[in-house]
Amino acid sequence: MAKQLMKGCEAVAEAAIMAGCRYFFGYPITPQNDIPEYMARRMPQVGGCFLQSESEVAAINMVYGASAAGARVMTSSSSPGISLKQEGMTYIAGAELPCVVVNMVRGGPGLGSIQPSQGDYFQATRGGGHGDYHPIVLAPSSVQEAVDLMQDAFDLADQYRTPVMILADGIIGQMMEPVEFTERKSTRVLPKKDWAATGWTPASDRPRAIVNSLYIEVDELQELNDRLQARYKIIRENETRAELYHTEGAEIIICAYGTVARICKSAINLLEKQGCKVGLFRPITVWPFPEKELAAVMAQDSVKKAVTVEISAGQMVEDVKLAVNGTKPVEFFGKPGSYTPTAEEIAEYIIKSAREA
Amino acid sequence: MQTVFKKTPILTDTVLHYCPGCGHGIVHRLVAEVIDELGIQDRTIAIVPVGCAVFGYKYFAVDSIEAAHGRAPAVGTGVKRTNPNNVVFTYQGDGDLASIGAAEIVHAAHRGEKITTIFINNAIYGMTGGQMAPTTLVGQKTTTSPYGRDKDHCGSPIRIAEMLATIEGSAYIERVAVNSPANIRRAKAAIKKAFQCQLDGKGFSLIEVLSNCPTNWGLSPVESMKWLEENMIPYYPLGVKKDTTKEV
Amino acid sequence: MVLTNIFAGFGGQGVLLIGKLVAYAGMDEGRNVSWLPSYGPEMRGGTANCSVVVSDDPIASPVLSMADCVIAMNTPSLDKFEANVLPGGKLFINSSIIDKKATRTDIDVYYVPCNDIADQLGNPKVLNMAMLGAYLEATKVVGVESVLQALLHSLGEKKAHLIPLNRQAIEMGAESIRK
Repeated sequence: MAKQLMKGCEAVAEAAIMAGCRYFFGYPITPQNDIPEYMARRMPQVGGCFLQSESEVAAINMVYGASAAGARVMTSSSSPGISLKQEGMTYIAGAELPCVVVNMVRGGPGLGSIQPSQGDYFQATRGGGHGDYHPIVLAPSSVQEAVDLMQDAFDLADQYRTPVMILADGIIGQMMEPVEFTERKSTRVLPKKDWAATGWTPASDRPRAIVNSLYIEVDELQELNDRLQARYKIIRENETRAELYHTEGAEIIICAYGTVARICKSAINLLEKQGCKVGLFRPITVWPFPEKELAAVMAQDSVKKAVTVEISAGQMVEDVKLAVNGTKPVEFFGKPGSYTPTAEEIAEYIIKSAREA
Repeated sequence: MQTVFKKTPILTDTVLHYCPGCGHGIVHRLVAEVIDELGIQDRTIAIVPVGCAVFGYKYFAVDSIEAAHGRAPAVGTGVKRTNPNNVVFTYQGDGDLASIGAAEIVHAAHRGEKITTIFINNAIYGMTGGQMAPTTLVGQKTTTSPYGRDKDHCGSPIRIAEMLATIEGSAYIERVAVNSPANIRRAKAAIKKAFQCQLDGKGFSLIEVLSNCPTNWGLSPVESMKWLEENMIPYYPLGVKKDTTKEV
Repeated sequence: MVLTNIFAGFGGQGVLLIGKLVAYAGMDEGRNVSWLPSYGPEMRGGTANCSVVVSDDPIASPVLSMADCVIAMNTPSLDKFEANVLPGGKLFINSSIIDKKATRTDIDVYYVPCNDIADQLGNPKVLNMAMLGAYLEATKVVGVESVLQALLHSLGEKKAHLIPLNRQAIEMGAESIRK
């Protein structure tokens, strides 16, 4: 199929449909409205269902219901709306249901701005709602990558029976870039959804389905949590992804994800012209965080320090510090809210930091 | 020997956890009998609430989904839209449906969602220990209205059946009570009609069931039924509030 | 080769569209492209701009602070973005409605009477195409035929009859800066 020039929001919506998603429940919020609008047009064409819910809270609970019924289902929103969805997210995690949630992050706290931000990193990677759970969180840095990750997201969700979040930002959502849609053949072995509530009688060949996250007995709740933690361990071991850019022999490693990582690449290109040896470590999965991959990059003798760049007050930098584990200094550059740093500003900071090193 | 009474197969053998004299047991049985009589066990999905009926999935012998507090109509929507051939019912109390879940129930009705809601109104929060509900009567004492509900302070009780009947998408709305054998028979007929309404694809149906809470009302089961009749029914009149099932 | 561009003007002047056409044409010619709009709560009448990158190599940042080319369709855009032209870069000014002259001396400045060209053609809507013609003439970043192909794609077959008019506007815009 030829390349198409598409907005990030519309591209992820089409990618979801290509991945077999046929149910979308959502509520309008800027800057992700192109997703529900696209789904409203497209779902009826493919025999799926688009429904605009009365709130984000209702949308995520519709997702819960559809997933409990065995569907490939998704919702999308932006930061304030994602806060509202956290109730449903923890129930979905607790009931061990698969679903995909797209977050086109905007500035906060509160109503914040509608401009891009990375202030939702904690909310996304730490679970966001109550209890010990994590969604798998994928952070694309281009429209094509958003498309590819979107398709993976549904498989990951089904394989591990967990919510998966696409953590993008307003830039990825609103930007147009060429994309290619390819039929992706998953190599994953996806378990049968024999737990789904689809109707039962005593004559059925499966036990009665009870989709639930209530375990009133301490031992039973422990069992659920042990099961979840065992699954998270497997996810941590097998599903981390990162991109390395010019890290070999680098003296400073910039850590950044999403759109900001691309701005950092531009900064690196500027810095290399001035003879600086700087590389980029870009986590593609931010939960699980690619700790081992980063530790290996940082272990090189040439590397003196890491600099984490974010549109936040410093959130991912905590994961970077955990991965580096005190072996080398870790610095932070960025501002909270919606201030997107320029390549020149990043380069300037790195030069200053290199002098200090 | 002739069998004159037996347990409905749509209830499991699990012993109900409800307090002695509580109306939930009656309503569970009515819903189960209706599912049995309509022959729809194989495609019925129960969406159970947060509240006293939180363990509903242990009792109804159908595939069941436990919803977050108040969200059962949204969860039911997700199920019904995924598998329209399923018969979906939500079972919710007054705190769940009329307070935290007010938006979800209004919009399920508004969309004409083809699901059935069994709404238990006993004018109090049961499971959490007898707090004031939106349906608590004026003057009624609860643990969070210890001097009696003051309407100037926290409003008057909300009449859900009448409110939802004003919504275009609702197809069948009736209020019943389970305080006497005659009313219980009427309640069963109403529940059956509500399920039939869904089977016929007519739209959203809801049965508001006036029930009791002897424990949190501080009354004996018999006294509580009397209290229901004397205090609740005058404020919450029984009867059909909306019926579009005969319209073509 | 990499060319970075900021297209700016009033909402309704078609600046987002000409940015998109450059991106489409670039993609059709096998280049890497990105098109990033500014977005805000104003739906109509506000200022609009987009950042467009056309590059032989994969594009690092689609977010531009400085650009090789700035296209200013109205005075607020000129005020806002004149300083963002890279030294040695190009600034395109819609001289029909911008009375000011550029103050920079380290860049090439092109004055394009976009509204006048559109008026001569009898269709005020094609003012953006006049600007696009001048831009293509000065930068040669993509071919006119690729742009018209992209426009046809954007308009759809039903509006294919508008192509000659747009071609004329592009030609007149190009002609206006040939000296």
